[in-house]
This record gives sequence, structure tokens and C-alpha cells, in this order.
Amino acid sequence: MASYDIEIILNRQLADCLSIPVFITDTVGNLIFYNEPAEKILGTSFESTGEMPVSEWGTIFKPLDEKGRPLPPEHLPLVKTIHDQLPHHKVFWIESLQGEAEKISVTSYPVIGRTGAFLGAVAIFWENKDS
Amino acid sequence: MKVSINGTRGSIPTTDPKSSRYGGNTSCVTVEEDGHMLILDGGTGIQKVHPPLGISGRIDILLTHLHLDHIQGLGFFKPLFEPDIEVHLWAPFTSTDTLHARLSRYLSPPLFPVLLRDLPCELTLHEISNSQFSIGPFLIDSRYVIHTGPTVGYKVTGKNASVAYIPDHEPALGQSGIIHDPKWISGFELADQVDLLLHDGNYTAEEYPKKKGWGHSSMEDALEFSKLANVKRLILTHHDPGRTDDRLDELHTVLAKKFHHSLPFEFAKEGREISLGG
Repeated sequence: MASYDIEIILNRQLADCLSIPVFITDTVGNLIFYNEPAEKILGTSFESTGEMPVSEWGTIFKPLDEKGRPLPPEHLPLVKTIHDQLPHHKVFWIESLQGEAEKISVTSYPVIGRTGAFLGAVAIFWENKDS
Repeated sequence: MKVSINGTRGSIPTTDPKSSRYGGNTSCVTVEEDGHMLILDGGTGIQKVHPPLGISGRIDILLTHLHLDHIQGLGFFKPLFEPDIEVHLWAPFTSTDTLHARLSRYLSPPLFPVLLRDLPCELTLHEISNSQFSIGPFLIDSRYVIHTGPTVGYKVTGKNASVAYIPDHEPALGQSGIIHDPKWISGFELADQVDLLLHDGNYTAEEYPKKKGWGHSSMEDALEFSKLANVKRLILTHHDPGRTDDRLDELHTVLAKKFHHSLPFEFAKEGREISLGG
């Protein structure tokens, strides 16, 4: 079985120590890890789901624009990073498990390894306190 | 396949008589088959290596990384000063500087009197990453592993046996220690089901928490890593320079009670030779 590159493994170990939600995807957008704080966003646990293809986690995670309309995936920082291998940041809303809109900030960055190869992407979420 | 251990110590060589049985030279191991030899790391143990030049006419030195305890012996390795000898040096690639530039930091004044470019041998440098390549009868896999700075481990596959060499490695770095899923374990592919693994066992479990992030393993983590990878036999190496022979013996007794029934292991001893694959 092929192991992930150490840059990805180290990102998971870092995410595991953080109290803010973190998603880690591979180079095509499959969600290969999310930490415990991110379970609140997805409403499920990594222990239960394991890795999830884009088609699966994309339907659980419901981002909205400022008018409450669904945000197309290509507008999300993480998806942009997967496509252009650059960092991105955006403020938007997500529908909570209780059906309420929560304003969040997301910063995503590409994982570029020692060889210069793109290995995956990471998104970090902050709850927006002024919402 | 014959594996010979020429250097067992981490960080700095030691001449303490209390450490002489396990040895005081820093990292160097050779692997031989059909008259071909690979030299793994160029610590001070390399001074004991006398490569057979008859068949291949070349010498291959595979460096895991460029920390001093893995390259210190290079400047004193006689074949580098022989004009007719072909020497191939293999080491991890990094995008920040060339291998030549990085090696030259040591092999140049004021640290060393001879410039790398002035070495009389026919020197070829190879920068590797997550690579696979062949040398003589050996198929070699290299993978980046968790350590401080660009570092690889090696898996050497011969005709009938395989050996993995990961002398500087911290697979348990992080809050959770080693994640029990092969996809998430640094170095797993190198060690997976090998006949022999030579692995970092620098610290005891008690010492490790204070040295977390320094790039090395506790002996217990190395044993756990080996069990997860179904390694057939383990040799713990990169001994702390302050660890005496008696202390290593005591630690072996303690660890053997815990692990030996599931995994044969020993501490690396200078001069030890192991035959693999019949």
C-alpha cells in the first residue's frame, strides 16, 4: 500500500493538534483527513467516514453566499487551490446542522513538497465572530 | 546478501571504552552481493570499508542525509583520492540548493582542506527523492522520511532478500504518535515485510518526550513501527553517544520481555555481519 508523502502526514499530525477545523485533500480533491474540530462542520466524524471522495463530502458541506444561495464549488478556496495550486481566502456562510447560517472564514494552501511537486491541499476554518 | 555494520553511533563518535563493544563510529553500513557493494552513509565507520573494485569498478555511497554524523567519514575515505576510481554519491534532493553546494559546505576550507571539486576520483553526484533505481544486482527504493532536513530511507532488494535502512527517523512525531494506518506512516513502504530493517532507536521511551521533534525514534516506537510493517528482523541503530554497552544490554533485556516474542531484534554492533536470503 502506498503511503502518503511525509508533507501530507505532517500536515495531518499538525491538524490533529489544532483546535480549529482543518480539511486535508489529495491532489484531486478527495478529503483524506479532517480533524476533530472539523467534525462540527461536516456533522460526522473521520472515525466514521474515513476518506471521502469529492462527490461525497461536497454534498454534506453546504456553503452559501451572502444572500443564502448555494455557492458553486469552484468558488471555494479549497477547490481553487486544488485547481491552481495557490493559496486562497474567502468569507462565506455554511448551513449548520440546526439549519442556521454560520459565517466562516476559510484559508487554503497548497502542499508543495521538497521536490516542488503539488501533493495536496489544506483548508483551515475560522468561525467569524462578527456574524 | 551480506549486510555489515561499520558505524552504530548517532550524532558524534565516541571512544569511551564503556561503549566499545557496540562501537563508537557514526553511521555506515554496507550491503554486498555477487561482488558488488553499496555503502549506506558515510559516517566515521566508513574508514573500515574496503570496497571490492574487481567486478563493478565503481563505488556507490548512498547518503540518507547530510548531517555530519552521516558524512564525516567521507573526507577520509581513500577511494575518493584515487584518480581511476568511479565514485557515485547518492543523496536527497532539495529545491533550495544543489547537492554539490551542500556537500561543499563540509568538503571545503575551513572545515576540510580539499575542495569537493578537487577530489581526484571520478565523482558523480545523484540527487534522489521518492525514487527507484538499480545498481549492479540491487534494486533500490528511496523515500523521504520524517527527520530534520531533507532525509531519505532506503530499501535494497537483492536476488533473494531485502534490507531497509532508516537510521534517522521520527515516525511518531505528532500528538497521536504512530498512526496505525500504513498510508499515514512515514517510511512504511520501505520497511514493509523486509527481511531486515536497520532503524533509528536513539532514545528510550522516557527520554523521547523531551526530544520530540529532534528527528529520532524511541526504541519502543521503532519496535512498534517494525511490527506494523511486518519486518522479519530488526536492528536498532544510531545509539545515543552517551549510551554505554552495559546500558544497552539492560535495555535489551527490558524490551525483549515486551517485544521479543513477536519480533526478533538486537542493537547494532560494529563489526556485525548478517547473511540474508540463504
